Amino acid sequence: MPESLRHILEHWLTQDALVVGGFALVFFLLRAGARNERWQRAGARLKRDRTGLIAFAIVLLYLTIGALEVFQIPTASGTRSILDLFLGGISPEKSYSAPLADTLLGSARHAKLNGHHLLGTDVLGKDVFAQMLKACRTALIIGGLTSAIYVPLGALLGVLAGYFRRWVDDMIQYVYSTLASIPEILLLVAIISATTPRWGRSLGTMAIALGITGWVGLCRLIRGETMRQAERPYVTAARALGQTHAKIVVRHLLPNVMHLVLISAVLGFSNIVLAEAILSYLGVGAPVGTASWGIMIDAGRTELGRDPLVWWNISAATAALFGLVLSLNLLGDSLRRAFDPKQT
Amino acid sequence: MFSYLVRRLLYAVPILLGVVAITFFLDNVMMSPDAKASRVLGPKARGEQRREWIHNRGLDQPIPQQFVRYIGNLATGKFGTSWVTGREVREIFVTGAGPSLCITVPGFIAAFLASVGVALFQVFIRNSPLDRGLTIVSIALMSLPTMVYVIFAQAFLALALCYFPAYGFSFDGLNVFRFIALPVCIFILINVGYDARLYRAIFLEEIGQDYVRTAQAKGVSNPRVLAVHVFKNGLIAIITLVVAELPKLILGSLLIESLFGIPGLGNVLVQAIQTGDQPVVMTSVFLGSVLYLAALILTDICYALADPRIRLS
Repeated sequence: MPESLRHILEHWLTQDALVVGGFALVFFLLRAGARNERWQRAGARLKRDRTGLIAFAIVLLYLTIGALEVFQIPTASGTRSILDLFLGGISPEKSYSAPLADTLLGSARHAKLNGHHLLGTDVLGKDVFAQMLKACRTALIIGGLTSAIYVPLGALLGVLAGYFRRWVDDMIQYVYSTLASIPEILLLVAIISATTPRWGRSLGTMAIALGITGWVGLCRLIRGETMRQAERPYVTAARALGQTHAKIVVRHLLPNVMHLVLISAVLGFSNIVLAEAILSYLGVGAPVGTASWGIMIDAGRTELGRDPLVWWNISAATAALFGLVLSLNLLGDSLRRAFDPKQT
Repeated sequence: MFSYLVRRLLYAVPILLGVVAITFFLDNVMMSPDAKASRVLGPKARGEQRREWIHNRGLDQPIPQQFVRYIGNLATGKFGTSWVTGREVREIFVTGAGPSLCITVPGFIAAFLASVGVALFQVFIRNSPLDRGLTIVSIALMSLPTMVYVIFAQAFLALALCYFPAYGFSFDGLNVFRFIALPVCIFILINVGYDARLYRAIFLEEIGQDYVRTAQAKGVSNPRVLAVHVFKNGLIAIITLVVAELPKLILGSLLIESLFGIPGLGNVLVQAIQTGDQPVVMTSVFLGSVLYLAALILTDICYALADPRIRLS
């Protein structure tokens, strides 16, 4: 019992706390933003944007499903995630079966299935619908961890470079120019393979690699906007009133570029989800055995060529991935229009 | 202009040094010389063989010494030979560039024309339901990973319906078109969504300019304002953006090439990563960053040429 107790505690500390903390942080930041006049106007505009609201609801749905898979509770048969409890009635099969079929795929003796499967089963007999939902956890963790690394880094360095200029700007520019000039996919593969022998292949190493390559674009954007803001009278006034640099950066500049950070973070989340799929496909992504859309799509490559054709596995993964990425992109687009109505 | 160019080129040197240092560091953290040897020679190689292999490549020297030698080699254009195939790295890159360009150049041109066309049409009907619909389609095209396009196209258009070969490449005569048709189409699909949206934003920005109001006040018809005034000015901004993409075309597309079995540089690189062929991978990184920096300088020059208000100094 102490062994399993330790396992639960560890899981709570590393994953559950992380997810709760992440959601709380986003909520806190949005509430802080709601006091800002620019954000209030954007919020009012967003409320009239039907596409944006639908996209937002879909993104929330995905995140909720992902969070349900993260949270584990002890049951009679060991610890299981809440999502597992919802999907509890689904029994595994021996191998492939088509959506809603009664028998195994291609079996001569018409072996009866143990249950019904909305989207069929994969090669190991696992329910595809359940796998598709469980993969939301991978997307949530990768997206959340990576954002937690690159968003603060990119925003802060961007503001510092844009405000202090001179050697601070030179140094930050040098670092990101160097990183940007390495082909991104190569840098990702290199960082992941360099860290794997030490820390093992995990979602964490992938998030670190994506975080190291991801902050460049955000930093560049924020640096440019900060330079524009720093010439505005309110910054000069703050300086004239004798406010410290730290206070100007934290109180004045950061809040005034925060909306760009929000938009970039939403659009960046969609890129991270896509990158996870591509890295998993290249074999350096999610650890083997994780439910991941990239791994499902990779499996689908051979399954589409076999006879009889197995199309449900890759189709389910593609549809789920597409739904999330499209909603994130549409939401980002709506946010941009809400904050900058001139650019329709 | 000349002094500007010299300064930009000098500025590129520390960046390239940084790139080489990062890749060299990652490579050394990644694998010990012994692990590299057993990966390339296979698990059966005996200790003696491995030691000889390591010694021949100078991997037993102190790391700072290796680093200096490596930089010297790069600066003089000595890229070495592949550890796996034994071919000259330079030759690998020269032969790989052809097939890569066969895919990227037609794809790039077609994607450019298509996105400019779509963007202009969207600006013409701006804020109508159709415009909104086209934007959503563009976003949808960006929302799928490349391999999904490739896998579905191979399964249905090539294997099931036999319109195209699913895999491979050949240079003889008209045959080449059969092999590049699908990869080029997919290259267009994955680029057109992003580009069309970007170009639409650029054209829209032009529409807000004073000269458009002047033209309208003069009595120029709306289609003519778009087709002549906005198009010309927007195109300048777009072309300067596009020029920056040109150098990258040589490196090809990693996923498209490896999935279609096209012997271009993207494919070479994927194989080199999988087999641990260090000289090929390191040269790709170096070449990639040289091309990227060249693109940046090219963009600046284009801006200066297109817009006389900008002086390079």
